[in-house]
Amino acid sequence: MSSSRGSLPRYIAVRTLLVIPMMWVLLTMVFILLRVAPGDPVTAAAGGKLSADEIARRQAALGLDQPLFQQYLDYLGDVVRFRFGNAISDGTPVTTLIRDHGGATLTLTIGAFIFAVGVGVPLGRWAGRHRDTIIDAPIRLLGIVVYAAPVFWMGILLILLIGNLWPSWPTSGIASPQAIFEVPTHTHILLVDAAIDGTYFWDVLQHHLLPCFVLGLLLAGVIVRLVRINVIQTMQADYVEAARARGISERVVVRDHAFRNALVPVVTVIGLQVALTLSGAVLTENTFNWPGLGTDLVDYVIARDYVAVQGLVTFFALIVVIVSVVVDVINALIDPRVRY
Amino acid sequence: MALPGFGWTTRVWRTRGLARWMFWIGLAITAAFVVLAIFAPLIAPYGFAESRVDGVKLPKLAPPSSYFIFGTNDMFYDVFSRVVWGARTAMEVIVISVIFSVAIGVPLGLVAGFIGGVVDRVLVFLMDALYAFPSLLLAIVMAFLLNQKLGNGIVAAALSITVIYIPQYFRVVRNTTVSVREATYVEAARALGANPFTVMRKYLFGNVIQSVPVIGTLNAADALSTLAALGFLGMGIQPNEAAEWGYDLNRALDDPLIGVWWTGLFPGLAIVLLITGLTLVGEGLNETLNPALRRRRMLPVRFPARAGADERETEAGR
Repeated sequence: MSSSRGSLPRYIAVRTLLVIPMMWVLLTMVFILLRVAPGDPVTAAAGGKLSADEIARRQAALGLDQPLFQQYLDYLGDVVRFRFGNAISDGTPVTTLIRDHGGATLTLTIGAFIFAVGVGVPLGRWAGRHRDTIIDAPIRLLGIVVYAAPVFWMGILLILLIGNLWPSWPTSGIASPQAIFEVPTHTHILLVDAAIDGTYFWDVLQHHLLPCFVLGLLLAGVIVRLVRINVIQTMQADYVEAARARGISERVVVRDHAFRNALVPVVTVIGLQVALTLSGAVLTENTFNWPGLGTDLVDYVIARDYVAVQGLVTFFALIVVIVSVVVDVINALIDPRVRY
Repeated sequence: MALPGFGWTTRVWRTRGLARWMFWIGLAITAAFVVLAIFAPLIAPYGFAESRVDGVKLPKLAPPSSYFIFGTNDMFYDVFSRVVWGARTAMEVIVISVIFSVAIGVPLGLVAGFIGGVVDRVLVFLMDALYAFPSLLLAIVMAFLLNQKLGNGIVAAALSITVIYIPQYFRVVRNTTVSVREATYVEAARALGANPFTVMRKYLFGNVIQSVPVIGTLNAADALSTLAALGFLGMGIQPNEAAEWGYDLNRALDDPLIGVWWTGLFPGLAIVLLITGLTLVGEGLNETLNPALRRRRMLPVRFPARAGADERETEAGR
């Protein structure tokens, strides 16, 4: 990275430039996996339903009759211009999918994140401070079990539980049908649109709570483990011992000396959890009938639609890369050492 | 460094307190599932895809009873048998995927770390890209491709999962190789005229391989959750090929609406237990092997007795 002395703007510039090769590698990977490996997408999606002429025509329309290298260049050129192609099976442009369904995925993941950080950080800190005690054991076990429990299983159990305790609570979808029908579209993010409109805000929010909770639990498990380990490691650092030796109370040592430094790697790794969050979101969406991009992805995989799958996967890759840069920059702002 | 494989077993033995308990509990859980997997034909009352016994169809969605202790599901299968057979599927997939990712990741890491230069840079970059990618998406894409060629069996599922874990072995092995490469004994071996292959095989491999058991157990846990996720999304192993817990949960998704809980509870419980077991083993190993996490403990200094003192001394000096 920036080799010599680092100033912040310089670091940010270098980090941003590094996006290009990283993106290029990811895109090449997606291209090799989805375009070079499989054979013919048109036949795969349409099966035996089309005549040979029609197949050839559609292949030409998709540029599949071009040499592979030309296709590769076209693909890169399209992505740069934010074109992700049109689904073979139903003709929907992938950008339309992203616009219409991306909002549902966004509100789901953000809600989950807020929950996960709010619960995970304090619990992890508490467990790390009281390592190997009666406080540590259950929190650790909780961290492991929550991480071990598949989100879809948690979802099924909670649907069962809520169905028994509170039959009127919604356990499926992002809103009741009339809300979806009546909320006017401003931003394509249903939760925001409902908030602007006002009438159905509680309805949409209520539908969000359970899926956000389930996905949030998964992330909270990771965060608890991470914060705990990092607090333990910093608690053993020399400067913490030095603080203790100066007679500073244990509470203040944890708060001012250990915890803050323990948080730096945590911020990095939480940022990296964006990949886990996306994976978890795919599962959560499919559990709760959530009209997001994860549901779309699975539907198109089952329809064997290469173009739609490739477009969606490319979009996910973009998100991962962008978030990783943002996290690095935030880290550099928090911790001057990162810049050097 | 000590012989590979020797150091860590003794260290696990010497660990005290919670870490050791968690390790042993994890090992017990994992062992129980291994037993289930090996003796599945003896333990399970029915086959994994047996909906008919002596020409009589099993009941559909029967609640747990003395005949079907975990009940039956909507495909007329016995849930208990599916859970038991599922252990075998899980073990097979875990073993295949871990072996494959070790077999690919370790040599690549060794070569990259040892050779360095452009080869190293390119490999590191590729692996980082692979690692940054959402793992489930990668598995979905792989399953999407492999299902066409290999069908919906155990091998296809295991290979789809393998890709995710190669970068982790690569990274650890490469980094250790880079740090060990300049050690005096490697230099000595080179000075004696050992060729690169011999150096890698005899002098680097043994030292570099030490961290692999920890990653292996943690990956095994992760591989299982990926397998279940693929199954849940309908891209894993099909029910007539083998019993798979994730697929069973997919079938159970609508059952809560009609008040059926046994089809969802038991397969999920099996997943949670096995993952927890494997994670506990991995974490236990990690806490004892990772020097950064090892608790600083003042050992009582025992002065050696005047004659014949050898064993004690080494212990105190540890």
